[in-house]
Amino acid sequence: MSNSEIPTTAIEISRAVRAGELSARTVIDAHLETIDSREGEINAFNIVLADEARAAADAVDRLVAEGGDPGVLAGVPLAVKDNLCTRGIPTTCSSRILEGWRPPYDATVVQRVAAAGAISVGKTNLDEFAMGSSTENSAFGPTRNPRDVSRVPGGSSGGSAAAVAAGFAPLSLGSDTGGSIRQPAALCGVVGVKPTYGLVSRFGLIAFASSLDQVGPFSTTVADSALLLEAIAGHDPLDSTSINDSETGAARSLLSVLDDGVAGLRVGLVTELMGEGIAGDVAARVRQAADALAAAGAEVGEVSIPALSYGLSAYYLIAPAEASSNLARYDGVRYGMRVDADTTAEMNTATRTAGFGAEVKRRIMLGTYALSAGYYDAYYGKALKVRTLICRDFDAAYQNFDVLLTPTSPTTAFRFGEKTADPLSMYLNDICTIPTNLAGHPAMSLPFGAGTDGMPVGVQLLAPALGEATMFRAAAVLEAAAPALTEALR
Amino acid sequence: MSERLSRDDVAKVALLARLELTDAELDTYTDQLAAIIDHAADVAALDLADVPPTAHPLPIENVLRPDVIAPSLDRDEVLSQAPSVEDRRFRVPAILGEEP
Repeated sequence: MSNSEIPTTAIEISRAVRAGELSARTVIDAHLETIDSREGEINAFNIVLADEARAAADAVDRLVAEGGDPGVLAGVPLAVKDNLCTRGIPTTCSSRILEGWRPPYDATVVQRVAAAGAISVGKTNLDEFAMGSSTENSAFGPTRNPRDVSRVPGGSSGGSAAAVAAGFAPLSLGSDTGGSIRQPAALCGVVGVKPTYGLVSRFGLIAFASSLDQVGPFSTTVADSALLLEAIAGHDPLDSTSINDSETGAARSLLSVLDDGVAGLRVGLVTELMGEGIAGDVAARVRQAADALAAAGAEVGEVSIPALSYGLSAYYLIAPAEASSNLARYDGVRYGMRVDADTTAEMNTATRTAGFGAEVKRRIMLGTYALSAGYYDAYYGKALKVRTLICRDFDAAYQNFDVLLTPTSPTTAFRFGEKTADPLSMYLNDICTIPTNLAGHPAMSLPFGAGTDGMPVGVQLLAPALGEATMFRAAAVLEAAAPALTEALR
Repeated sequence: MSERLSRDDVAKVALLARLELTDAELDTYTDQLAAIIDHAADVAALDLADVPPTAHPLPIENVLRPDVIAPSLDRDEVLSQAPSVEDRRFRVPAILGEEP
């Protein structure tokens, strides 16, 4: 069977594999071939697991031959962000400090996708410890955008987004702390979802900012993201912040609502995220998306969420504060690299100085400062109160609207080196995605044509906590109405 | 708000965070961190005396599990990943100043 006969979506692959019409081995061999042909140029992976993937595919095929059912992701190639622990397989966070470390356990999401029959093809590149918006902060070199290799794929889950955009796998897993799934999805022209905080287990996700981190899917279609999110969502006793299943039933039933349409759905266009700082072509695509929803029967209106203007500042105090605490564990004692010295304190310092890259050091110091005596109340304490304001303003907006619509990223994919000299300009990429994480709400990005430069534009849908089903209904309508990915705005 | 973040402030935080900076790095980080902290002046300037803080998006109370003994991670597998091990324990250099 030639590559052109392999279905491109996870839903079609798993259906065919479960029915015995297509072997998982054929599927995986075709994808490994695609990886071989373009990975040198893209650098989506920190490690490709070719032998392991072939063995897992053969196991799926044997199970099907014996009359068993491998699960809803049967034989589907899947790429895993390299900040998710995989037992016995190197997990680096794209950092020197964890180079060569082989975790003694699997992340819960890694176990769940394997139990559903998915085949892991490799661990994907990221900005070191998920801190960044371009993958330029990876210790192992940047990932390139498959749509134009002179541009960044976004970040921090740039490898996971690029892997799906390049056809290396129909599905991938990423993590989103301030937009790290949605922004690269937008820049690479794929679908990316940040679920409600607590819907998906964080056990085995290497912590960046624990009150904001959430694992979620990438795919080429809305339905495939629904499929993967259904497979990974659900309570996990190993994550004490995971929500009980009795409360999340609707948020875990997504495939069944994709055809429900948006008639009568109230959609709010967020005025704060449509003006200053947002490129004209991106805003134009978002307005077209709003028109498409209206044409499908939604009631579209404008809504102001004033506290959003403080989101960026609050986030860049809260996330580094939590990071400075979480990353204290990299001390050269229990795992990863060690730079020897005469005393333990000197060894700790030498190890961290050699092991962390510039952006990680910057955020650790920023967080340490925001938490330090004399500044705690003015910075971290204030940021937590702003978080309350953002939650309140979202609650008020959701009194009148069911979902909100915004750009995902202020611009299309930028070029390498464009924003590396000025950290603040890089942080401004996250302005549309950050508020969701502060509120703990779900959000997703999906492609909606291209900008004037021919690069993909992502539009973002937001919903209140556990409002995934409504969000996916709107996404399915937008997907059907979207201009072609390569159709430049004129 | 307070005065601008200084070079001494950055040196102090680096020490607290167990990071060693060269003089050149100290200059760069001082400029960059000061710019970020300046951006946060909008938040620092707000009067939020009556607003409660939100540390976490979920209203979670204590989460408990039944007190049942279950297997932990395999000790040898965990230790196999450590930089230095002795007598099935993590080994570190001197911590109190005496010779190891």
